[in-house]
Amino acid sequence: MEAEYLYHYFLRLADTSLTMSQRLAEWCGHGPYLEEDVALTNISLDIMGHANLFYQLAVEISETDVSVDDLAFLRDVDGFRNPLLTELPRGDFAYTMVKQYFVDSYSLLLYRALSESCYQPLADVAKKALTEVQYHHERSHEWLKRLCMSTEEAQQKMQKALDELWFYTSELFESDEGMIYLQKQGIAADMESIREQWHSMVESHLIQCQLILPESGWVATGGLQGEHSEHLGYMLAEMQFLQRAYPGCDW
Amino acid sequence: MYSQGLTDAKGSEEPQELLDAFQKKIDAEIKIEPRDWMPEAYRKTLIRQMSQHAHSEIVGQLPEGNWITRAPTLKRKMILLAKVQDEAGHGLYIYSATETLGVSREQLTTELLTGQAKYSSIFNYPTTSWADIGAIGWLVDGAAIMNQVPLCRASYGPYARSMVRICKEESFHQRQGYEIMTVLARGSEAQKIMAQKALNRFWWPSLMMFGPSDKDSKHSEQSMKWKIKRFSNDDLRQKFIDATVPQAEHLGLTIPDPELKWNDDKQGYDHGEINWDEFMNVIKGHGPCNHQRMQARIKAHEEGAWVRDAVEVYQANQQKIKEEAA
Repeated sequence: MEAEYLYHYFLRLADTSLTMSQRLAEWCGHGPYLEEDVALTNISLDIMGHANLFYQLAVEISETDVSVDDLAFLRDVDGFRNPLLTELPRGDFAYTMVKQYFVDSYSLLLYRALSESCYQPLADVAKKALTEVQYHHERSHEWLKRLCMSTEEAQQKMQKALDELWFYTSELFESDEGMIYLQKQGIAADMESIREQWHSMVESHLIQCQLILPESGWVATGGLQGEHSEHLGYMLAEMQFLQRAYPGCDW
Repeated sequence: MYSQGLTDAKGSEEPQELLDAFQKKIDAEIKIEPRDWMPEAYRKTLIRQMSQHAHSEIVGQLPEGNWITRAPTLKRKMILLAKVQDEAGHGLYIYSATETLGVSREQLTTELLTGQAKYSSIFNYPTTSWADIGAIGWLVDGAAIMNQVPLCRASYGPYARSMVRICKEESFHQRQGYEIMTVLARGSEAQKIMAQKALNRFWWPSLMMFGPSDKDSKHSEQSMKWKIKRFSNDDLRQKFIDATVPQAEHLGLTIPDPELKWNDDKQGYDHGEINWDEFMNVIKGHGPCNHQRMQARIKAHEEGAWVRDAVEVYQANQQKIKEEAA
């Protein structure tokens, strides 16, 4: 039972990082500055590294003979456990940056908590990821400020991105039965506590950036159960193309 | 005493004493630094060559970036991400080195986007299979190394120093490309075909990377004298062919040149004639991807305009706040 819960928890962490990284990688060669081309691919690479480490944890706990690449490239949409937020199309720079800020803030708090996990391999990965995420967070935090407190055009684009993305954020803090069990064992993070910290940190920053929080609307959910938006299928079709077209090959 | 034919940008002639002293430094292998006096033509030649190099790194992100989202394993995806990021970083160093010659990056970018400046013709070919990523690392980065290693000793200090670092990374890129090809060549029948087709597509364009044949190369002689260039186009091309043919044999792949033959007398390979019409066509903007590559860069530039504006306004605002507080 515990092994199965752990396996699913690691997939949640890994899939979130993988989908996030895959979208960021789409910016390669298309950023607003050369420095951003470097930065966006660099962050994409860091996050891909986190995905790889989380998949390794899943592989280690799995009872079947499965590889990291099997998990990334041979599961269909309904096997992925990332929140819908990370699979959304990259959008414009404002959309990417607001999404990045949300996820960086989430990862910062989550990995900080997981660094204390009593499951040592997980704590080790979280500690390693945390050193990178701290920097990512500082950067996306700065970008938010820069873009919101500048021109009217930028402010409008940021507000629009916020309006579109805000209702995807509550899904980040969902738990299922397995996660609650693992939390009680001191392995997984307490998502309610992360939710509170995240809201207090993010909302005060958004207000400081003169953004207006949308009041109510449709709220995204379903990732933990493998129920996704239409976007994930296309992402996987692209990402998994070679492994699907040439099955069983070494690369 | 005045020079013959070498004039500065304003059209005035440059004192022969300065020109002589300059050439003497070059001959003595003393590096020219940004604050040193230099002939205007030397400065212009360097700006042209270095900015072309930087532009190539930037446009070069596109054909390789084309496969990041489809790389076949997480390991390959991470390596490719790191590699393309290196290339953009090379663009950054070289733009910075070029700026020491008194030209801004904005100016150079405008020249690229308006089609006034050139970039390496190789990036106007499409990457249609995963093996193309292997072939680019192996052949294109391999050819780049042949070109660039001598540039580590170029007479202009900032260029030479940036090239030392770049060559180290390129050599890693070349090995990773060859490793992709090795895995494919030892893989399934379909993978072998994929590898062979990539070699077929990229072989000739890679040879073209060394530029026109010596008899048609208009910039060569002066650049050699200035030690911006150390070997002729044809010599470097020959060196590349001689190094690469055994590597292809080791992979069990066939170089797509029926005239390729070992020549014992010259201790090198003879090869078939390069299709110079194709080369000139690509240089003139009529290659398979010239339009697509430029459109992608222009689109990124235009879509990023509001971000750059915002940063400028934000910085000005911050400056104002600082001044008011002081």
